[in-house]
Order: sequence, then structure tokens, then C-alpha cells
Amino acid sequence: MKLQTRRVLDRSFTGLGFMSIFLLTAALVMVLAPIFARGIGAFVFRATSEFRRMDHSLNGRRSAGAIAAETRLIQAAREPLYRMLAECETQLDAGIVENADELYEELDEIRGLVYQLLGPRPGETVPVLMRDRFGKTRWDKARETIHEILFKETWDYSDPTKMGEKVFVSREKSFAGTALENFFPYLEANAEKMLRPRLTFYWGFLFDESHDAHFFGGIWPEMLGTLYLVFGTMLFAIPIGVIAAVYLAEFARQGKVVSLLRTFIATLAGVPSIVFGLFGLAFFINTLKISDSKSVLAGSLTLSLLVLPTIIRAAEEAIKAVPRTYKEASLSLGASRIHTVVKVILPAALPGILTGIVISMGRAAGETAPIIFTAAVSVGKPLGLMETLNQPTPALPWNIYNLATEHEAVDEIRHVQFGMVFTLVVLVLLLNLAAIILRARVSKKLRG
Amino acid sequence: MNLEKRLVLSEEQLNKNDLAIDNEVPHVRSEGFSIFYGANEAIKSVNVTIPKQKVTAIIGPSGCGKSTFLRAINRMNDLIPGCHSKGKLEYNEEDIYGQYTDPVLLRKQIGMVFQKPNPFPKSIFENIAYGPRLHGVKSKGELAPLVEASLKRAALWAEVKDRLNDNALGLSGGQQQRLCIARALAVQPDILLMDEPTSALDPRATAHIEDLIGELRGGYTIIIVTHNMQQAARVSDYTAFFYEGDLVEFAPTSDLFTNPGQKKTEEYITGRFG
Repeated sequence: MKLQTRRVLDRSFTGLGFMSIFLLTAALVMVLAPIFARGIGAFVFRATSEFRRMDHSLNGRRSAGAIAAETRLIQAAREPLYRMLAECETQLDAGIVENADELYEELDEIRGLVYQLLGPRPGETVPVLMRDRFGKTRWDKARETIHEILFKETWDYSDPTKMGEKVFVSREKSFAGTALENFFPYLEANAEKMLRPRLTFYWGFLFDESHDAHFFGGIWPEMLGTLYLVFGTMLFAIPIGVIAAVYLAEFARQGKVVSLLRTFIATLAGVPSIVFGLFGLAFFINTLKISDSKSVLAGSLTLSLLVLPTIIRAAEEAIKAVPRTYKEASLSLGASRIHTVVKVILPAALPGILTGIVISMGRAAGETAPIIFTAAVSVGKPLGLMETLNQPTPALPWNIYNLATEHEAVDEIRHVQFGMVFTLVVLVLLLNLAAIILRARVSKKLRG
Repeated sequence: MNLEKRLVLSEEQLNKNDLAIDNEVPHVRSEGFSIFYGANEAIKSVNVTIPKQKVTAIIGPSGCGKSTFLRAINRMNDLIPGCHSKGKLEYNEEDIYGQYTDPVLLRKQIGMVFQKPNPFPKSIFENIAYGPRLHGVKSKGELAPLVEASLKRAALWAEVKDRLNDNALGLSGGQQQRLCIARALAVQPDILLMDEPTSALDPRATAHIEDLIGELRGGYTIIIVTHNMQQAARVSDYTAFFYEGDLVEFAPTSDLFTNPGQKKTEEYITGRFG
């Protein structure tokens, strides 16, 4: 090949390499940026007085005195709203207003929305459902509700050539001439006084229990469940995986049987994760009956089957990469094979083994399908250590899916979903970071 | 060494490879000892007696089986799949390949230094302490003097005494090889096998190792495989010449190099092949 051609080839190959790395980075940023941007919203947001009331009564934070003082302030600002609503009803009852029937309906709607926005008035009967006991805890959600109060959403079908169009009609006009006329400007002007939004760092999002299916509170049960599952998985997968790898690399007579074994392990790595889930249910729960129903234990065992091939492969490669001379040196000093493996080969193979382990931890933290049938429930309390033997748990990946698809008020808890995704991503990234640091440290120690 | 001491062998004797040395205590002795890799006979019915507390060099062209023979003595060949042996190989009159011989105990008594320096990726101290720990010396108080003594015997102490806790892989090649010798000595072996211990080293480090072998002479039985005939001549008391799996000649070094008994030996040491 001519020098010129080779140069062109070299350059174009370098260019392609750069381009693919750039594309990869861009894709990563495009995926992670919104997750980070919106996920942080679960931790840092403008919290209303309703949030502080909730935080006090459900999580026991903040002083009762401060809450009472704030309640007095917000009630003073809210009182005119309730007064205007009551006056308007009286006017409608008295029959002095035209099209009263339509307005009754709309008034009810507004009442409901105000209730959603501000929560029950002090002294009112406490609602049964937890979600009704507090108004909007987040200012962004409150703003949406205020918009709904100010504008009625209708559909405009006037142009027959087009599909219907969504339009917002100001309610102020429909109530012109009634006591509610000033309600809307008052609400718009004084909303901040009624809810007092303040920028809040809610670290409790990680460590609070959830209340009423994530309407309030944090994601501690999910966090804890995920951690239990990850460490449970590692508890089973690391010893079995490393022993299997040591056997395959050091003790097994290399031949057809061992290459067949390796093929099996590689195949196991390719089995769809949902199949592992079904297998876990059929084998661990229905056949072995290790727990009455789903449990963290069953989930951990299932996940450990899923990650075993990864650990075995990584550990075997790492063990094989240990220079044969170390083994010879150890044996020539009169060490047994086991002693050589434990004291020389495994320590030297540690960086590679660790990499496999941490990749598996990330995998175990994020896998959804295997735990659907074996460990995960959508709502639950944080478990005690012994309860993991026979109790199911919520877990981040499953609950991300569950909140997005099966929650009764998906839009209300959007921020919780993003918070969960963010937490899961950060958890996995942290695990990987820890692996990189640990690996670098161990390799440095080995290299001298 | 005088000329009379060397055995001049008849053709019949040679065919049996029956070689012996007068006035020496035998330490390793083989009788009709063969090694096979699968069906391939790498060592062909070797008879040799290696004297105690002398330096014996094994020379021969590449692939002649010299390393294979050396590694048979501490049963390192066990690691190679398909490698098996026939005949008798004795150490202190005990069968090395006997049914009841524990290779682990055997290797404690027969230390080995390899072609490439192979310290463990651990600290200098840990490298030396590995063997003694293995054989029951646990306390730091006992290990420290042992480590010091081993390093001194390997002429490395002065260079490393201030950095015993540094990783051994940070040492130079020659230092690493002396560390490996110290590590082997720390187990207090009878025999030290050296498999081309200087082939990966520069001339200065090689000289260092050769000096060290000179210092160790008399304390241990040293069997050294080398492809460097000058080295064999410099360091050894006896030399064995292997060719294509046969032991061609075994004699006091000075005799073998000045007055080889076999034509093959003469051709090899004068550089006509190999």
C-alpha cells in the first residue's frame, strides 16, 4: 500500500473513532441531563406551607410553634377566598343570578380545586384519605391548580375542517356580577401569601417513608429494598462465582467438559431476564418454598443467578491473567494449590474480580424483570433485616415502572418518579465510581 | 580438580548414562529416569548422581531437556498436563516420584529460582516472609530476623533494608532475582534449583548473581541450568551436558571444558552447534 493511502486510512480511522466516542458522549448527556435536571426537583423545590405542615405532622420535623404561627398567617390570607365562595353560594341560592344552574356546577368545581390547592380548613373534619389532608405541597403543582381555577379548559369545535382545539376560558367572565367577581384577581395576587413558597432542600426524600402511595414523603422503602437486593445478591453470587471461576481456571482439567461448562455459562448470560424471574418464582418460591410468597431472599437468589455469568467470566479472565510465574513461585516454596490460590492468585486477580462484581452490583440494582415475580411489591414499609427472609419489598426499578403505569394519579407524583430514576442512576454511577477507585488503588498496590 | 578424578567412559557405559563422581556425597540421584510429554520422550533414561553441597551446572542447546530435568527434581512438572515420568529419581535416597512423597514437603526442601525474576506483587518483606509463614512461622518477632538473614545471605539487605515495605516489583531486575533467591533461602532448603537465573538480566546483575552463587557454594546443593557456557565454567563444580534428552557427559567442570570426554560435548563447547 502506498504511504499516501495508508495515511488517509489512518486519519479516517482516527476520525471515525473520535466521532463514535463523541456520539456516545452526546447520547449519554442527552439521556442523563434531563434525568438529573428533573430528578433534582424531587430534592430541591419551592415548598409551600402545606409541605411544612405535612412534614411536621407526618415526619415529625419542624417546631409546632413555627407551624402554628405560619398557619395563622396563611389563614388570614385565605379567609377572603372562603368568604367570597360562601357569599356567591348565597347569591345563587337566592336566585338573583341568571344561569344559576351552570354557575352552581362551576362553583362546585372551583370549591374542589380550592380544596386541592389549600387543603382542609382548620377545624374541618379530617379527611379519611391521607392525600386529602394537605393542599399542594409543591409550588409548581400549586401553580397548575391555580391556573385550573382561573381558566376553564374547554374544546373549541367551531372550525369543522379541524379537529377540536383546546382553549382556556377565563372563569372571571362567567362570574361577572356575582360575589365571586373579585375572587380570581384576589387569588392571582395573593397566592404566594396563601401558600408561602420557599426554596427547600428536602433530603428526607431519600430517607422518609412514603405516605399514601408516594403522595407525600420519600423513597426510603424503595432505596432500602434495592440495597437489600443488591447486597443479598452479592452474598450469594460472589462466593459461588469466584469459586466457580477458580475451579474453571485453576483446578479443572481443561477439556471438552470444561469448554461445555463455559458454553453453558455464556448461554446463561444470554437468557432474557424475565425468564430468570419466572424461574425464580417456579424454583425458589414454588418448589423450594424458601418463603411463602415473594421475598427479598427469593429475589436475591434469582438476581444472583442472573449476575453469576458476569462474575464468573470476569473472575476467570482475571485469574487467567495472573502471571503463571506467581503460581510457580508459590508452589516452589512449598505452598499447596489452595494456599497459592488464596494468598497469591486471588489477590493478584482482585482488580479484575472487583470490576466484575461492581458491574454485577449495578446490574442487580437496575434489573426489574427478575424481581417482579420474586421480590417486588409496589407499596411497602422499610423492612428489618430478618424480615428480608420472608417479606417482599418495594425496589427502585420496579417502582419506577409501577408509578409510571399503575399509579392512580400518575401526574401528581411525577416528581417522585424522576426522583427515583435520578436516585437509581446516581446509585449505579456511585457504585461504578467506587469500582474504578478501588480497582485503581488495588492495581497500584500490586504494581508497586 | 585433577584429571584423574574425571571418569573416562567407555561407549557401553555411556549408553547407560551411568555416571558417578568419586569422593562426593550423593544428594540427587537418578536411575533410568525418563520424562514424557504425552508420547514424546523429553528425557531419555538418565543416570546421574548430583553431589551434595556443590554447584552443578546443566548445559546444552535449547530444547535438550535441561530445564525439564531440573523441574523434575522439585516436581514442578506436575503442573504441566500430560507430563509423566518413568524410572527412579531420588533425593536423599527417597523416591521423588514415590507414591507417598508429598510434593509440598519436597518443594520446601528443594527451592527454586526461575528464569525471569518472579517476586509476588507484595512488599519486599512479605515476599520473603511468604515461605516461612507457610511453614508455621507466624509472629513478626520471628519473621523479622529471618527476613533479614535471608536478604543478607542473598546480598540484598544493604540495598533494601530501608524499604522493606515497598512493593517488590519496584526493584530492578537483578535485585528482583536476588530477592527471589532470598525468598527461596528463607524456607531453608537443602537444594537450590536455578533455571537460567540470569538470562533475563544485564551483565552487571548477572555478575552479581554469579558472585552470590559463589557465596552460597558449600551451604547448599545448587543445580543451575544455563545456556551460557562461560557462566557454567565460572560458577560450577560439576557440569552435565544434555543433548536431545540424553545426558551426554557429566564431569567436574574444569575437566569437561578443558578435556571433554565426548565428541558431542567438544563440538558443543567449541561452538560448532547449539
